[in-house]
Amino acid sequence: MKLYVPLDSAAVALGADDVAAAIRAEADRRGLDLTLVRNGSRGMVWLEPLVELETDAGRMAFGPMTPADVPALFDNPEGHTRALGLTEALPWMARQTRLTFARVGVTDPLSLADYEAHGGLRGLKRALTMTPAQVVQEVTESGLRGRGGAGFPTGIKWKTVHDAPAAQKYIVCNADEGDSATFADRMLMEGDPLTLIEGMAIAGIAVGATRGYVYTRSEYPVAIEMMRQAIAVARAAGVLGARVLGSDHAFDMEVRVGAGAYVCGEETSLLNSLEGKRGVVRAKPPLPALQGFMGQPTVVNNVISLASVPVILDKGAAFYQDFGLGRSRGTMALQLAGNVKHGGLFEAAFGLSLGEIVNDIGGGTASGRPVKAVQVGGPLGAWFPPALFDTPFTYEDFAAKDGLIGHAGLTVADDSLDMLAMARFAMEFCAIESCGKCTPCRIGAVRGVETLDRVAAGDASALPLLTDLCNTMKAGSLCALGGFTPYPVMSAVTHFPDDFARAREAAE
Amino acid sequence: MSATPSLGAAQTQTLHEILEAHRGMEGALLPILHAVQAAFGHVPEAALPIIAQDQAISRAEAHGVMSFYHDFRTEPAGRTVLKLCRAEACQSVGADALADHAREKLGIDWHETTANGTVTLEPVFCLGLCACGPAAMVNGKLVGRADAAKLDAILEEVR
Repeated sequence: MKLYVPLDSAAVALGADDVAAAIRAEADRRGLDLTLVRNGSRGMVWLEPLVELETDAGRMAFGPMTPADVPALFDNPEGHTRALGLTEALPWMARQTRLTFARVGVTDPLSLADYEAHGGLRGLKRALTMTPAQVVQEVTESGLRGRGGAGFPTGIKWKTVHDAPAAQKYIVCNADEGDSATFADRMLMEGDPLTLIEGMAIAGIAVGATRGYVYTRSEYPVAIEMMRQAIAVARAAGVLGARVLGSDHAFDMEVRVGAGAYVCGEETSLLNSLEGKRGVVRAKPPLPALQGFMGQPTVVNNVISLASVPVILDKGAAFYQDFGLGRSRGTMALQLAGNVKHGGLFEAAFGLSLGEIVNDIGGGTASGRPVKAVQVGGPLGAWFPPALFDTPFTYEDFAAKDGLIGHAGLTVADDSLDMLAMARFAMEFCAIESCGKCTPCRIGAVRGVETLDRVAAGDASALPLLTDLCNTMKAGSLCALGGFTPYPVMSAVTHFPDDFARAREAAE
Repeated sequence: MSATPSLGAAQTQTLHEILEAHRGMEGALLPILHAVQAAFGHVPEAALPIIAQDQAISRAEAHGVMSFYHDFRTEPAGRTVLKLCRAEACQSVGADALADHAREKLGIDWHETTANGTVTLEPVFCLGLCACGPAAMVNGKLVGRADAAKLDAILEEVR
């Protein structure tokens, strides 16, 4: 009997460890030969803990499971009250295009044999038959853009590092996934860490870097542990080390853990933190590609960007670039979060409309009340009202509506959410997390909270001041923290004016 | 200027072992601070000059780094550290009300420890559990779909 119980943080937070323990105990009690695999999550968080049973027809899903549901799993799986059918046939799974997340939830995250049986290492092996310049070219042609949010073409960044002469270059994976509503990096590191390792090794070969760092968050204990174990597995098998898969290329890597500073997700702040300094933003230029970690040429890429590289090298640039819409090529790992009926991770080609994502895939709100607003792209992203639900999910279309897709996290909120309070929170968050280097962010965020409190008290003159302040922050901040905080604030003001007028009307 | 309290012999030895284990590491300061906090429960003020000297930086720089990051504490926490997510996705499913409940129940505000030293309450901005909020972390253990009843049960257990 072979069963799968996710070790993913979300599954564990909902009781997966207890379910796994109950399964072991029940198998012992019955004297059954049990193989229990702790896998990644399939991404259907509303069904976690989701247990899978291997059958001749495929893997059968059961969820959400509790320890009390376990004995029946052994008696009569087909008739189990939590039986959902074959996992791959569930609508949520069948509708996806899983390229980057193809193995997450499928394989044993720490089994290299399982990894290779599901297409792992094919991209790295192919890269080793190519020249570094050809590998860079392949990534450029795929159209892959930075999945952390900025959307900068990955191949162009790699070429800059490739062309920069230096004795030591670095690959730094930005796994400092601090945006609310985002958990794709975490899920990938927990569910298929070997893919990230393979992607970083390919990047190292392409640009001539021999050392890599994964900078992740102290809030992600499971991801840290899985990455560290996977690196040890890869090193023992010769995927990492002085001769990557027996080639003349050297590449090794390690995990570094941040310390609760949101701004360290900004790449220059991250580099300072990695160097053991305060996570203060650096002015650009110089670009990190030329003077990054320790002043050396450095590729800084998001987890999902790097984890998309193996499939691109395996199946070719044309295959990847065939998915998507406009200048947004390939797939995006959408993360449905907040007050949403079907929350989780859904990988799809760019181009779905926001309404399809929220209503068809997400099923609307969990509370059953009407959707009021959806914040797209994390705490620095704009709030979108249902009136804008026809916006296609691409970098350009969201920018055209004064928003951003960021790392593709979506926070759904129902009509009980007060948008003035959310605008205030955005400024408060910016004030707490500002690194303090530039004035518009450091001072502006504090003034923003005060100004919004005036709005809340019914002061009509405060709103134009807020608009002015947002313009200053947007144009004058060094990085996206101060520069993008105006997105959630001004989108709330623009699309939900009633929430800002209530106090004024009461005062008049 | 007040004198910095010194570390005991055992603590000093532990600190030197930590520094030795990080010898030659690129950008070792954060890993060192994490290791010190893991060993002592906080970063003792007396440890900073020793760390600074080891890393060939000034004491002010070491203090600057440590104080920049929310994770590092100068005083020990309570026996149980309760972290509640305050970020948007959790707010959309009632995190604010849950936080109010916790603060009222414990009689403390954010970053404070109950008078009997059992519980420290910390805000956290995202545990990556955004599809099953409100999210909490209790001494490193993750809790999804936290509500007042779940929280009360946890607090009852750690009392």
